Amino acid sequence: MNAIAETVMLDSASTSVTNAVVMDCRIEKIFYGDFLAVRDSRVPIKKNKIIGFIGPSGCGKSTVLRSLNRMNDLIPIFRFEGKVTYHGQDIYDRKVDPVVVRRYIGMVFQQPNPFSMSIFDNVAFGLRLNRFKGDLSERVEQALRGAALWNEVKDKLKNSGLSLSGGQQQRLCIARAIATEPDMLLMDEPCSALDPIATRKVEELMLELKEKYTIAIVTHNMQQAMRVADTTAFFAVDISQGSRTGYLVEMGATRQIFEQPQQQLTREYVRGEFS
Amino acid sequence: MNDSHLSAESILQAVAGDAPRNLQRAPLEIRTLKSGALTALTWVMAVLASIPLFSVIYMLLVEGGSRLDWEALTALPPSAFEAGGGFGNAIIGTLVMVGIATLISVPIGILASVYLAILDPNSKLAQTARFLAKVLTGFPSILAGVFVYATMVVTMKSYSALAGGMALAVLMLPTVILAAEQAMMMVPKKMKDAAFGMGCTRTQVIWNVVLPTGMPGILTGVMLAVAGAAGESAPLLFTALFSNYYLSSLTEPTASLSILIFNFSGMPYDNQIELAWAASLVLVLIVLVLNVVARFVGRQKF
Repeated sequence: MNAIAETVMLDSASTSVTNAVVMDCRIEKIFYGDFLAVRDSRVPIKKNKIIGFIGPSGCGKSTVLRSLNRMNDLIPIFRFEGKVTYHGQDIYDRKVDPVVVRRYIGMVFQQPNPFSMSIFDNVAFGLRLNRFKGDLSERVEQALRGAALWNEVKDKLKNSGLSLSGGQQQRLCIARAIATEPDMLLMDEPCSALDPIATRKVEELMLELKEKYTIAIVTHNMQQAMRVADTTAFFAVDISQGSRTGYLVEMGATRQIFEQPQQQLTREYVRGEFS
Repeated sequence: MNDSHLSAESILQAVAGDAPRNLQRAPLEIRTLKSGALTALTWVMAVLASIPLFSVIYMLLVEGGSRLDWEALTALPPSAFEAGGGFGNAIIGTLVMVGIATLISVPIGILASVYLAILDPNSKLAQTARFLAKVLTGFPSILAGVFVYATMVVTMKSYSALAGGMALAVLMLPTVILAAEQAMMMVPKKMKDAAFGMGCTRTQVIWNVVLPTGMPGILTGVMLAVAGAAGESAPLLFTALFSNYYLSSLTEPTASLSILIFNFSGMPYDNQIELAWAASLVLVLIVLVLNVVARFVGRQKF
């Protein structure tokens, strides 16, 4: 935990510019086996901003997101060519331990996935993992408040995390992810399994969370990108080489992407002409 | 309103050709009769299937219940024309040998199933081990006894509780491995992803998420294996043999309930036959109690 705090402090000291790039993702090629999934995409991610990844199905936006904390390493046939510079270090450097990377860069998944433990233990999971020495209940409360879930669960912290509704489970997963105060949060379509009310709560939460964290979110929903993202990256599928390879078409301020896209393809996509 | 009603009616007419006149159940229609007959058949089969179990328990209670007292539970086995006596040493012997077998087979079985279910499920080693475990489930139990006789009894020059426990462990191992593997495979991938996403090492994912979540299933497998082992007699004939005295050392011949039942039920004395019934009842009760305890301890808490 101290190590995390230190890195964050060091970073804000050395780069006092507010819009510092925390992570610079330079993808040359991502393969699954022989299949080229993503090519030539550069995505710089700025501190305390929300970046949205949009694009049609199969364009590799989830693959790119999951490459940012080396979650894809769990797939044996995955191969990454390029660099992801995080606070000046390439996380794909051979000396880097992916387990440590994931402690700094938290993740919220498409399907809410609480552990079959109590609500309290779910949130405390990461803290215990990091041998947190301070007041556990205080940090759990803080994380649950941070995830806008505290009032709904404060009287039943001993109940199962799986007893909550889908929207509450997703906020529990967010609380679990922010309890260890990671530096970045990756969210892979966090609202796709939620109803509109729960979606709205999670979106409001993201806007609050960006005060403290840097967030990258994959979304299928263009309105959602417009509502929450500061920057939007549009990915598309290139089928010209005979296989379906995703690539970054255009990236910019969300407003610009939706109102004055530079590329024809982006224009057609944000107008809803294909999906 | 009127319009939609009309159109609904016209759809029905288009489907059935005619508006339905009667929506009530027709008890004598072929489909209804068939459905009723098949339901009754499954019901009868379910009852038939439980008859053996209940009749065994009934017989044990009737025949063995009368002799089940403190003396039977604690005394040593009687000799031929002696009255009274019991099988206290056999209860202890069975518990000790099943205990030894559990201590050997559970750690090996669970660690092996971690490898089979999580670490490298598709490797050659895993496929071979899984196949062998399946073969071993159908292994004749007497061969496990002969195997341990050749490896332990002959080298240690004595029948012993250790050898008996080892023979039972050989029989328990495949059940534990296969059940634990299944239980761990049932842990949802998204839960493992969540743990990896939190920055868990593989060991931490297994220890903190997979094992606790799969625990009820693992315990069910262990209990099945324990129940099977507690009732085994053939492997013990070659390994633990029997003893008329209380267990004083793990390297001596040791009494067990199953061998006692086997010995006494063949004797021409009423006293011994009654004790064999009582011992059978105790054996069933031990398995039942262990089962209830394991379910209580390992129940899915969340």
